[in-house]
Amino acid sequence: MLQQNAAQQTTVSQTQWRLMWRQFRRHKLALIGLIVLVPIYFVAAFGGFFAPSGSDTAHTSLPYAPPQRLNVSTEHGLFVYGFSSTRNDETFEQTFTVDKSKIIDVGFFVHGDEYKVLGVIPSDIHLIGPTTASQPFFLLGADQSGRDLLSRLILGARVSLSIGLVGVFASFLLGMLIGGISGYLGGRVDNAIQRVIEFIMSIPTLPLWMALSAALPGSWGPLTRYFAITVILSLIGWTGLARDVRGRFLSLREEDFVMAARLDGVGRGGIIFGHMVPSFASHIIASVSMAVPRMILGETSLSFLGLGLQPPAVSWGVLLEGAQNIRAVATAPWLLTPGLAVVVVVLAMNFVGDGLRDAADPYK
Amino acid sequence: MLRFLVRRLLWMAVTLAAISFVTFVVIKLPPGDYTSTVIANAEARGQDIPDSQIAELKRHYGLDKPFMVQYLTWISGVVLHGDLGQSFAWNQSVASLIGNRVLLSMVLSIASLLFVWAIAFPIGIYSALRQYSPGDYVASFLGFIGMAVPEFMLALVMMYVGFRYFGQSVGGLFSPEYADAAWNLGKLLDLVSHLWVPIVVVGVAGTAGLIRITRANLLDELHKPYVATARAKGLPEWKLLLKYPVRMSLSPFFSTVGWLLPGLISGETIVSVVMSLPTSGPLLLGAVKSQDMYLVGSFVLILSTLTVIGTMLSDLALAWWDPRIRARFQKG
Repeated sequence: MLQQNAAQQTTVSQTQWRLMWRQFRRHKLALIGLIVLVPIYFVAAFGGFFAPSGSDTAHTSLPYAPPQRLNVSTEHGLFVYGFSSTRNDETFEQTFTVDKSKIIDVGFFVHGDEYKVLGVIPSDIHLIGPTTASQPFFLLGADQSGRDLLSRLILGARVSLSIGLVGVFASFLLGMLIGGISGYLGGRVDNAIQRVIEFIMSIPTLPLWMALSAALPGSWGPLTRYFAITVILSLIGWTGLARDVRGRFLSLREEDFVMAARLDGVGRGGIIFGHMVPSFASHIIASVSMAVPRMILGETSLSFLGLGLQPPAVSWGVLLEGAQNIRAVATAPWLLTPGLAVVVVVLAMNFVGDGLRDAADPYK
Repeated sequence: MLRFLVRRLLWMAVTLAAISFVTFVVIKLPPGDYTSTVIANAEARGQDIPDSQIAELKRHYGLDKPFMVQYLTWISGVVLHGDLGQSFAWNQSVASLIGNRVLLSMVLSIASLLFVWAIAFPIGIYSALRQYSPGDYVASFLGFIGMAVPEFMLALVMMYVGFRYFGQSVGGLFSPEYADAAWNLGKLLDLVSHLWVPIVVVGVAGTAGLIRITRANLLDELHKPYVATARAKGLPEWKLLLKYPVRMSLSPFFSTVGWLLPGLISGETIVSVVMSLPTSGPLLLGAVKSQDMYLVGSFVLILSTLTVIGTMLSDLALAWWDPRIRARFQKG
């Protein structure tokens, strides 16, 4: 207790956010989570550069080609070995063997498939790739049409990682607005809104998601579909948040500082946005952060079932759809790597959310 | 208590009516109706269906009437005759389609819920009592991983491991040699040896979540004055723990009972699809994919009804279990 008092005295001049950051840094797992997430988001944002090839560049003669190992020698520099494939005459199964006579030179900052940096600046420079762009280069193996899994993983990250953020942002707005109205006005409006929320919560999530995405017209383009899925995901996500915001409003309404502001002649909007929202914003952000991984899992599951995004759009769920049957997984276990990526990202996000929640709770 | 019950029942009826309406909106949401599917299928075969025949189809399914009339016809059929409508794709009544698969879904959900309880509560209680011990860290870490791994991933990995290292086909419910056999002891054992995989897969995520909740709840209770009082009056530690704080922290047990009902039907869709289990889950997915909207709608309706009933039952169970909640109900 004494220690705490001392700590408070030294940090009197620090803002709430600095205090939160101090608290957050003490949560080691959360810090690790953040350290993992930042580079992943960076790679996803500049996916075109980090991916060795485009998402649809296919080597049709090399379906399910296994991962290549990156080699270094004084003679060739950086290189991978090529494949030679043989077809079993009885089963028609294709088997690949590493062909040490075929050497594919690999270099950094090579020219390859064209892409646009952040969707604007056209470029064809890739961080790493074969010096001759038409050569196969599969660090994580290839999928059923001979497309590089690593490239598709990196390019799919953009959708998978952003859908959580966009969806959470949408449910954040909805939750703040509706929860705020409910909590601030109280009375009959509050009652009605709470009933609606209870109603939405009483509909089971997965079947509703499935039913709604079944209702999406198949003719919609990838971008429209992406937004539709986001809306579907956030349609359910906002209810919990709205309840949370309402609870905060209800308890804050009676606080002395709100009364003081009111007596001071501050208008309703000023009280809400100038005084009440800042005092619980940190808490809300923390609870919102817990919803991001849930949305990512939601998108992955929907796309995995073939109900979310559809090819040619690439997301981790879409990639995993290719690993749906045991036969494909048995021939090409590397198809499961997008699943590993999902696990890592969701795990890191849960840690960060946990840390944020602890840091945002002033009553601990 | 009676007043509370009556009010809850009334509110439930209102909710169900609203749900049925939303369900019907969802059924009608896709552009086009069953006839457009028929036309598309015919065109794919290179045939042409005359307009008169389409109009006849529309009349047959009542698709030419206004929206509200269609809704009222549908819902009165559901309520009065238990008629959930016809599955267009299967050309069977929805009720019989779902009924065929419900038993297995039921076995799967009950078994996995028992699994979740059996694992989660002891571990959650242990984690809370020995907070920050190595065991607690291990449990917390595994819990986090359990929540982060999508169910289908786990199913795929287990199937891969089973296939690769045990040479066993993990998918499905029976080994090929028993699939068509009559029921006997061997078939039953075979079923059990296949069933544990989906039970574990379905249970893992729930277990992870429940461990976290139990631990957090128990930690909240452990340092309250009544625990100190009980300890001060000399109650043996284990008796004290089980009688007071553990009892208080068991409320999530009752909330999960509420999930059991809808779980009976939804049959853990994703896992069933991956492992090709003949539960109702894959049926729902197939219906969604072929836009067999009456089947989809029936699923949503049944599941929502079960959720609402389940929630109410678990509220009642909670009130029975926890005197504080009972008191709140009696007041309001």
